[in-house]
Amino acid sequence: MMNKGVDVTSLRVVRGGRLVLDDLTFEVAAGQVTGLLGPSGCGKSTLMRAIVGVQRITAGTVRVFGEPAGSASLRRRIGYVTQAPSVYDDLTVAENLAFFARVLGVGADRVEECVRLVDLVEQRSQVVGRLSGGQRSRVSLAVAMLGDPALIVLDEPTVGLDPVLRKDLWETFHRLAAEGAAVFVSSHVMDEANRCDRLLLMRDGRVIADDSPAALLERTGAADIETAFLDIVAAAEVDR
Amino acid sequence: MNARTTLAVAGRVLIQLRRDRRTSAMLLVLPCAVMTLLWWMFEDLPGAGFSALAPALLALIPFIVMFLVTSVTTLRERTSGTLERLLAMPLGKGDFLGGYALAFGAVATVQSALAVGVSTLFLDLDVAGPTWLLLVVAVLDAVLGSALGLFVSAFARTEFQAVQFMPALVVPQILLCGLFVDRSVLPGFLEVISNCLPLSYAVDAMTKVSEDSDPQILGDLGLVGGFAVAALVLGALTLRRQSE
Ligand SMILES: Nc1ncnc2c1ncn2[C@@H]1O[C@H](COP(=O)(O)OP(=O)(O)O)[C@@H](O)[C@H]1O
Ligand SMILES: [Mg+2]
Repeated sequence: MMNKGVDVTSLRVVRGGRLVLDDLTFEVAAGQVTGLLGPSGCGKSTLMRAIVGVQRITAGTVRVFGEPAGSASLRRRIGYVTQAPSVYDDLTVAENLAFFARVLGVGADRVEECVRLVDLVEQRSQVVGRLSGGQRSRVSLAVAMLGDPALIVLDEPTVGLDPVLRKDLWETFHRLAAEGAAVFVSSHVMDEANRCDRLLLMRDGRVIADDSPAALLERTGAADIETAFLDIVAAAEVDR
Repeated sequence: MNARTTLAVAGRVLIQLRRDRRTSAMLLVLPCAVMTLLWWMFEDLPGAGFSALAPALLALIPFIVMFLVTSVTTLRERTSGTLERLLAMPLGKGDFLGGYALAFGAVATVQSALAVGVSTLFLDLDVAGPTWLLLVVAVLDAVLGSALGLFVSAFARTEFQAVQFMPALVVPQILLCGLFVDRSVLPGFLEVISNCLPLSYAVDAMTKVSEDSDPQILGDLGLVGGFAVAALVLGALTLRRQSE
């Protein structure tokens, strides 16, 4: 049996009077990279926030390693990369990491490891506000890795990165999963789907498919995930 | 509260301030310049104009400056997502608030030491009571300003809005604190309002220290401290780990 990292049951979230997540039920297994794919505005970020425990939920349950999302005991075990980089623009790369490391109570050696992990060794003494967009998101990613988290939630971490770096990051995600972490990555770019062990396809606040990439292609007979996504959407419209 | 995380926050805020050279310079130089300007205005006039007004100004400056600096800094922290990230980490709200209070308290100490030093050494400000007590009042006053700034930052979406809280929350306190009209001769209703505003007690304390050789200011300090704690508690309520 697969180890459960995240267990979501009948999750419903209303934001500003709008139903943003509508009755979601799925699991995110440990030891795998699970991709959350869907168009912009479908609710990916809201779902990730609910798992991390910073989004109030309207109904249903979200459990992480068996505990309710947002429990104090989980705070040390989750690494969360928000969609917009949440780091201090007026601090250097190293100062940002050193600060969050002190908050987490991890050593300075971990700071150096994480700087290397996101390939920012040369920029370590630069002020974050003067880095490129992609470099800033890597700083944010490095912060999330500091605590050696067992669940890593990444909201569109590869947007705006060059292909070489993108490939490196996906390799990093798989290495972390191989070490036992549950890795949950969102993207609105369908061509990243093939890099995931498992896929959740989302549309309008609902999960419309939950399968491995290969099984999805086989089931729909489509040549790529984008076509499979469109097929599933079309089939759902017909059902209605 | 946890000492490691509180100190981490305080240290980080101080590094950010140090990086912003212009703000640091203004924090330290501006109060001295304002005191000098006030002294200069009264130079050719008879009477103790400067000595009468200087204590109130020494109370006003740390309050206003820390209110502005804190409201903008914490608003940035709210909008940049770093606050959300911190609250998703093992960091107590008290550590966050305590870190800010510590950092800005330290800045206020240096700032007020310079302003008090310039006023007493170069501008002939006569202080009847112990000079170090002026610093105690100033620091408590700065923490009060920080706490209020932190609280109002929850109600602003942009830095521009945050700054607008200054005329709303700070200017009435300046008008009613006894600087322009002695609090005891204000119309009854305004006197009552003045009695409910924390800055009034900070100014009272400063004035007593400069006029009395044995100033009794524990009551005033207690009230300023009480308001600061209340504002910090209200500020803590605006730090939500979960949002709608
Ligand atoms: N703070 C908010 N208040 C109300 N509605 C929001 C808020 N943030 C996002 N939404 C709405 O929730 C929906 C899902 O948003 P989001 O989770 O950010 O989608 P995604 O990450 O897939 O682009 C959108 O329709 C958006 O308009
Ligand atoms: Mg999003």
